[in-house]
Amino acid sequence: MRRQLLLLAFLGAASHGFAEVGGDPERGEELFRQCSSCHQVGQGAVNRIGPQLNHIFDRSAGEADGFRYSAGFQRAAAGGLVWTYDTLDSFIENPRVLVSNTRMSFRGIAEQQDRDDLLAYLRLFSSSPANIPEAAPTAAAVDHAVAPEVLAIVGDPAYGEYLSGECTACHQSSGAATGIPSITNWPTDDFVVAMHAYKEGVRAHPVMQMMAGRLSDEEIAALAAYFESIQ
Amino acid sequence: MKLDRRTFLGSAAATTGLLAAPMVRAQGKPRVVVIGGGAGGATAARYLAKDSQGALDVTLVEPTRTYYTCFFSNLYLGGFRDMGSLGHSYGTLASDYGINVIHDWAVGVDRDAKTVTLAGGSTLPYDRLILSPGIDFVDGAVEGWDVSAQTAMPHAYKGGTQTELLKAQIMAMPQGGTFAMVAPPNPYRCPPGPYERISMVAHTLKEVNPTAKILIADPKESFSKQGLFEEGWNRHYAGMVERIGPDFGGANVSVDPQAMTLTIDGDVNDVDVCNVIPAMKAGRIAEIAGITDGDWAPVNAADMSSKMDPNIHVLGDAAAQGDMPKSGFSANSQAKVCANAVRGALTGSTVFPARFANTCWSLIDTDDGVKVGATYEATDEKIAKVDGFVSATGESDELRAATYQESIGWYDGIVADMFG
Repeated sequence: MRRQLLLLAFLGAASHGFAEVGGDPERGEELFRQCSSCHQVGQGAVNRIGPQLNHIFDRSAGEADGFRYSAGFQRAAAGGLVWTYDTLDSFIENPRVLVSNTRMSFRGIAEQQDRDDLLAYLRLFSSSPANIPEAAPTAAAVDHAVAPEVLAIVGDPAYGEYLSGECTACHQSSGAATGIPSITNWPTDDFVVAMHAYKEGVRAHPVMQMMAGRLSDEEIAALAAYFESIQ
Repeated sequence: MKLDRRTFLGSAAATTGLLAAPMVRAQGKPRVVVIGGGAGGATAARYLAKDSQGALDVTLVEPTRTYYTCFFSNLYLGGFRDMGSLGHSYGTLASDYGINVIHDWAVGVDRDAKTVTLAGGSTLPYDRLILSPGIDFVDGAVEGWDVSAQTAMPHAYKGGTQTELLKAQIMAMPQGGTFAMVAPPNPYRCPPGPYERISMVAHTLKEVNPTAKILIADPKESFSKQGLFEEGWNRHYAGMVERIGPDFGGANVSVDPQAMTLTIDGDVNDVDVCNVIPAMKAGRIAEIAGITDGDWAPVNAADMSSKMDPNIHVLGDAAAQGDMPKSGFSANSQAKVCANAVRGALTGSTVFPARFANTCWSLIDTDDGVKVGATYEATDEKIAKVDGFVSATGESDELRAATYQESIGWYDGIVADMFG
C-alpha cells in the first residue's frame, strides 16, 4: 500500500514535466491553425482579434502591449494570473473556466496531447526569445480577399449602432461569449473581411450568410466601426 | 428672397405654431409607456432608454417581478435547464437604464386622453404607447376547455408556473401512460414550439417511463420543421409518438378535464396528461385599446405603429405584421425598429430604415439541435420575407451539437439584449 502511494505521488509530480518534453511542436504548428484566425505568433506578429502570442510564457495575463482586454481578463490579470505551462494548459482546455467572460470565443481543446503539442509550439516563441524562428507570421486572419477600396471605406458608427441591433440578438454587446462568438473590439479590417467572407459564402454558417448577405459594403463598414469602438 | 413684413410675420407665426407642442412638453420629457416586459417590451424599453440618453421618460408596465421566458421552457421539460435559469428580473433596467418599472396590470387605454389605467388605480399619461402583451387564448377554441381547466389540463404556453405544473404531471404519469397534446391552429406563438415540446417530453419519458405513449391531435396539415422533427422522432423515440392530423379528425377534438379524456373525431382516449394549447389571439390589452381587427392588432411594417392609432405601436406575438413568425426573436427584432422610430418621432433623432430578422432553434434530443431563420423588410403592406434557411435532414452529429451550443449562446445573447 505504501509503495503504491509513493508511486502515485511520483507520477503526479512528474506528469507535467513529462508532458512538456512530450509535446510535438510540428504537430502543434498544425493545431495552431485553429487559433490563427485570431492570434499571430512569430516574427512581426501583431495584435489582431486576439493579442499576439510571442513571449507568452511567464508573461502576466493581460499584458500584450496595445491590446484592449475584456473586463473579465482585466479582473484575472489584477488577480495575479501569470501564463505558465499549467495556466496556459487549463486556459486552452476551456478558456471560460479559467477567465470568466473572456471574449475568446473558443470551446477549448479536450485532448491533453493536443494541448501539449500546441504549447510545445508556442514555447518556441518564448523560451529563446532572441531566436524566434524565421517562419512567416502564422496569422491567417485574411481567409478571403476583400478589395482595398472596400477595406478603405470608413464606416459611420452611428449607423453601425442601429444596425448592430440585428447582431445583439445573439452576440452579446458586453463581449461575453457563451456558445456564440464575441464580436466586440475586433480590428475593423478583420471584421470587414469576416463579414464579406460570409456574404460571399466562403465561410459556412447559414445564419451569418443570411445576415451578411443583405448588408452593403457601407453597412459592413459601419458595423465594423461600431463594434471596434464599444468598450 | 426679399423679406417683406408679411412673409416675416407669416413665418414667425408658423414657427410659433411648430414650437407650441414641444414647449408644452419641455416641462417634462416626452413620455413612452411600454406595456409588457417580454422580448418585445423589455427590448423596446431598454433601447429607448439607452439610445435617448435621458431625453425620454420610459415606463415599463409588467405584472411579474421575475419574468420566466417561454422560449427554452421546453428544455426545462426535457431536463436540460432548471426553472431558475429561465427567470430574469427587471432590476438592471431600472437601476442602470433609468426605466420606471411598474409591476401592475394595465387594464385600460384612453386613446383620446392618451392615458393608460393600471389595476392598482393609477393613470399613466403617454406621448407614445408601445403594446407588447403577448398572447391570450380564444374562448371556446377547444370544446370542454377554458382557463378554469388549466390546472387539470395545462397549456404551459406562458413561461413559469404552468410549465412547472406540466413537468410535475409528466413525472407523475403511470408507467406506460399516455401524454396527449392538443396542438393549436395557425397563427400561434412559436411555430416549432409544440413539436419541440413533444421532443423534450419524449426525451424525459424515454428516461423515466419508456413504455409511455405520446398522442398529438393537430388541426394543421403540416407544421414548422416537420421533416426535421419527424426524422428525429423516428431516430430517437421510435414508436412513441403518434400524430393525428386533420385528415383523421385532428381538428375535431373535445376534452373532459374531469374524466381526463381527449375525444378525437368521436374516439374517446383516456389520457394521463393533457397539454391543451388552444387557438391564440393578441393579449387582452390590445383588444381593450380597440386596436385589434379580429384576433390580432394590425401594424404598419415601417415602424410597428398600429393601423388604428398612430400613437400606439404593437410588438411581437400580438401584432398582425405579415410574414414574420410569432417568436421572441421576432419581437426583439421588431422592438429595435420600433424604438428607433419612436425615438426619432419624439426627439428628432435619425430614423433608419426598418430591417428585421428571426431565427428559431429547437432541440430534438441531447446535442441534436436544428434551426430555421429568415430576414425581412418593410413594404407598404406588410413585413415581407427576403431570404431564409432551414437545417437539413441527415446533418452530421457534429453540426447538430454545434447548433445546440449556438442556441445556448443565443439565449444568453437575447436575454442580455432584453434585460441589460
